[in-house]
Amino acid sequence: MRSFTYERAASPADAARAVAATQGAKFIAGGTNLLDLMKLEIERPTHLVDVQDLGLDAIEETEEGGLRIGTLVSNTALSAHPKVRRDYAVLTRAIQAGASGQLRNKATTGGNMLQRTRCSYFYDTNMPCNKRKPGDGCAAIRGSSRQLGVIGTSDSCIATYPGDMAVAMRVLDAVVETVKPDGTARSIPSAEFHRLWGDTPHVETVLEPGEIITHVRLPAPLGGRHFYSKVRDRRSYAFALVSVAAVIQSDGTGQVAFGGVAPRPWRLPEADAQLRNGAAAVVRTAFADARPTEDNKFKIPLAERTLAGILAEAKG
Amino acid sequence: MEFNAPAGENLFDRSKVVGKSTRRIDGPLKVSGRAPYAAERHDVAANQAYGWIVGAGIAKGRIRSMNLDEARKAPGVIAIVAATEHNAVGSSDWNIAPLFGGRDIAHYHQAIAVVVAETFEQARAAAGLIRTSYDSADGRFDLETAKEKSKVGTGFSGDKSESTLGDFDSAYGSAAATVDATYTTPDESHAMMEPMASIAAWEGDRLTVWTSNQMIAWGKKALASILKIDEDKVRVDSPYIGGGFGGKLFVRADAVMAALGAKAAGRPVKVVMQRPLMFNNATHRHATIQRVRLGADQDGRITAIAHECWSGNLDGESGEDGTLQTPKLYTGANRLTRSFVAELDLPEGNAMRAPGEAVGHLALEVAMDELAEKLGMDPVELRVLNDAKDTVPADPDTKISDRNLVRCLREGAERFGWSKRNPQAGGNRRGRWLTGMGCAAGYRAGPTEKSAARVRMDADGGFTVETDMTDIGTGSYTIIAQTAAETMGVPLERVNVELGDSAFPASSGSGGQWGAASSTAGVYAACVNLRRAIGEKLGFDADAATFEDGKANLNGESWEIADAGALSADGEMTYGDFKDGYDVGTYAGHFAEVKVDAFTGETHITRMLSVCDAGRILNPLSARSQVIGAMVMSAGATLMEDLHVDKRFGFFANHDLAGYEVPVHADIPHQECVFLDTLDPIISPMKAKGVGELGICGPGAAVANAIYNATGIRVRDYPLTLDKYLDRLPAIA
Ligand SMILES: Cc1cc2nc3c(=O)[nH]c(=O)nc-3n(C[C@H](O)[C@H](O)[C@H](O)COP(=O)(O)OP(=O)(O)OC[C@H]3O[C@@H](n4cnc5c(N)ncnc54)[C@H](O)[C@@H]3O)c2cc1C
Ligand code: SF4
Repeated sequence: MRSFTYERAASPADAARAVAATQGAKFIAGGTNLLDLMKLEIERPTHLVDVQDLGLDAIEETEEGGLRIGTLVSNTALSAHPKVRRDYAVLTRAIQAGASGQLRNKATTGGNMLQRTRCSYFYDTNMPCNKRKPGDGCAAIRGSSRQLGVIGTSDSCIATYPGDMAVAMRVLDAVVETVKPDGTARSIPSAEFHRLWGDTPHVETVLEPGEIITHVRLPAPLGGRHFYSKVRDRRSYAFALVSVAAVIQSDGTGQVAFGGVAPRPWRLPEADAQLRNGAAAVVRTAFADARPTEDNKFKIPLAERTLAGILAEAKG
Repeated sequence: MEFNAPAGENLFDRSKVVGKSTRRIDGPLKVSGRAPYAAERHDVAANQAYGWIVGAGIAKGRIRSMNLDEARKAPGVIAIVAATEHNAVGSSDWNIAPLFGGRDIAHYHQAIAVVVAETFEQARAAAGLIRTSYDSADGRFDLETAKEKSKVGTGFSGDKSESTLGDFDSAYGSAAATVDATYTTPDESHAMMEPMASIAAWEGDRLTVWTSNQMIAWGKKALASILKIDEDKVRVDSPYIGGGFGGKLFVRADAVMAALGAKAAGRPVKVVMQRPLMFNNATHRHATIQRVRLGADQDGRITAIAHECWSGNLDGESGEDGTLQTPKLYTGANRLTRSFVAELDLPEGNAMRAPGEAVGHLALEVAMDELAEKLGMDPVELRVLNDAKDTVPADPDTKISDRNLVRCLREGAERFGWSKRNPQAGGNRRGRWLTGMGCAAGYRAGPTEKSAARVRMDADGGFTVETDMTDIGTGSYTIIAQTAAETMGVPLERVNVELGDSAFPASSGSGGQWGAASSTAGVYAACVNLRRAIGEKLGFDADAATFEDGKANLNGESWEIADAGALSADGEMTYGDFKDGYDVGTYAGHFAEVKVDAFTGETHITRMLSVCDAGRILNPLSARSQVIGAMVMSAGATLMEDLHVDKRFGFFANHDLAGYEVPVHADIPHQECVFLDTLDPIISPMKAKGVGELGICGPGAAVANAIYNATGIRVRDYPLTLDKYLDRLPAIA
């Protein structure tokens, strides 16, 4: 870990300005992802701006009947909130399928959206990795890629966004609210928040330098039945091989997003439209452009079978 | 004391302490955080500095240059010992690649420098500033390819790993039912909770290393030889060990780099091997390819049995011998076992819990399941029918000391409800779940090693046992205290146990499941000598007397043993040749029940049972912990543990605990372990055998067989992850 300077910001705009003002500065929230990466020198921020004093730790009801979640709301608090459990159960289930109790106590909403990939080569600084070092090459493409992405990847990077919470956020059409260093606020639909890697896999979201997440907004509840199925090699404390978040209405229509397969929670409206035609039709549509490796091509049939399990339960 | 004839009836047959479930005497220290593990020994040497190991960034080749300038100037840095400025260290009998090898790189993450600084963070930060460039050389990283050039390896005894009996080929050729199946097991990591850790301090030319090591006497010898100093000048101390599983049988780079760092810094240095280095710097269990061929007559009697195994290592000699149990488990007149080793340039393979057998059972015991199905026989019955009786099947000149495998299987079947198993594989579906049961037999040798101890009695009749035996979480402290309390006839509370210091008499150490049987026998020997010293002092024949409640009794007379005053005796148990005519083994019947998700292929173990035959169980409570822990590890090997070999770069890519998955609590909902009340008079006066490795010999095969019973899908490529059989699961609507 390199030495760094540290400050605590008093307002979102101050925080944004502070990060924009210093080359190599970063925000720190729960620190559960950033500090691990700093110890391994994968992240080497020169300056940290701590956002914990910003008071953004409330869950408020919105006029449109949804919820507005402060970025500092912990994963534990968010998943346990009575309204979330009742109206957005897919979110509760997704959060609780992730990490461990201790980590969820510390992890924040914004930090979770921004957690970085778990590609083994990203974690080993002896290995070439375009995401760590643009232009370095990608060790994973012909290497150990069982965990990695099958769609939305590129010739530069085949890593995934590894998290769970954001997959549910995507199915719920959550909106990320931010403040930029100049003080202006904007709302980013979760569909647009994470970028596909293209040839700049080190740029992972549409956030601009210094732009801070203040809230994540959930639209009015969708109703229906909520599912989150996370498939992995052990029953807890592992990232998804494939996860499926779905909200299914009694008429069989609904929304579905896939985790563990792409640079972002993977959802296509045209795939949602296939829900009444069954899992195979959905997956055929959602993964039409898939480019899996030999190691991870199982993820596509696995996605189909996992969704089929959900649809069977939704019917039963 | 030499154990040179089978044990007759002795005091342990009337025991009050030994054999009783006893809570760990070191438990309160451990659960309250007061048992100091190697890295926490802040008090043993003043002014400790911190060392950080730098691992090689290539798998094979040579270091061209190391730029140390920036690191040397970094805050807090005291010294850097770097491969470009230092010759390779010496070798030892316990490792292949040098633990610090100069410019030559033998494997990925081999230590190439240690940075010593005032704080841990400063050492780590400075290490990040070192720039190393390499000339890479080509290496051999693929077992499947390297296998072509493999040769028969050597076993622990130094003998060639092969044996034949009768005429396998013709018996197999004419068998009524045959199985010919090839299984693969991956490289595995010990992944113990406490990584390697050492604090080293020099006083002139004398070196003390406070470390985490299973085998103190080996460690002392190895350090002397690696550092080229006199063995008498080395002290190794390791009273608490946070798990080893064979990974700490040997001195590794933490101790060596701490010693070199301390010399360079001129003060004590602590080195904890960082977790991401543990997988490639330290040792691992070798991957195997195993071919098993079984031939049987119509009734299920095995007539031909062959087991061949291929693994690889740096020296092309010492591999993972998956065939070890095969000469012992089942009868059959025509046999062949052979273990080949190829040269590979991956990190060094070495012992991991039940080396050989742990993965050998994953092949042999699944092949037995396959044979049972071909014969239309119940898998328990097939094993019972082919049970060996009095002599070792592959070596009829060797007698079996005591064997109750059939009881293990029968009792296990009864307790587990085996009769409810549907023999039709894939035949049980409830909702989305396919359920099934599987069984396996288990064999692991029950070795003994000579072991010494010292027992001191204080003036007030308190006792202290001193031996360099180690407690790797197994419960050695407690069984040693039980043995001394029993032999001296005093309550357990009167016995204090000090372990792990090379200044104490040399014990068997902990490994190969010999520790419990051997170290307690050594303590018994020392206690017998102390009893004699007491008898001499007080004027009675100690060998004829009984010791009870702090008194010695003989012919109606009684002596307070504390009246003898402070006394001390050393003793060592050694073993006579008579044992050579016997095979001393431990046996188990393992059972598992699973449910497999018909949609996703996820396997959930629902129940596990192991019934164990391991002689006298010294402490049922801690023995149970050993077995259930091993069952977890065995389940992990079957379901998930897998070091991913990157065959281009030559290393294990998933080198942290996020990438290398071991079971979590949720994976193991219900376990049961039963010990048969057996005694083995051939092993030692205690008639007790180890269990720590028996528990990893077979449960994983029972899980694999249960998955087959549930799904009707046989996967022979471990771990049995869902991607390997997704396409064979029932079709979805
Ligand atoms: C062992 C382990 C297992 C895990 N398992 C899972 C799992 O199964 N599923 C899962 O989903 N996750 C898992 N995680 C990841 C965990 O969810 C994340 O580490 C956590 O959510 C990150 O939140 P944080 O507040 O600690 O973020 P930090 O580490 O503080 O920050 C993460 C990133 O977000 C940026 N950031 C933080 N807040 C803001 C803000 N308000 N505006 C702009 N940028 C910001 C930081 O600069 C940093 O780049 C696991 C983590 C660990 C360590
Ligand atoms: S897949 Fe992406 S993160 Fe992994 S090595 Fe390649 S570039 Fe790096």
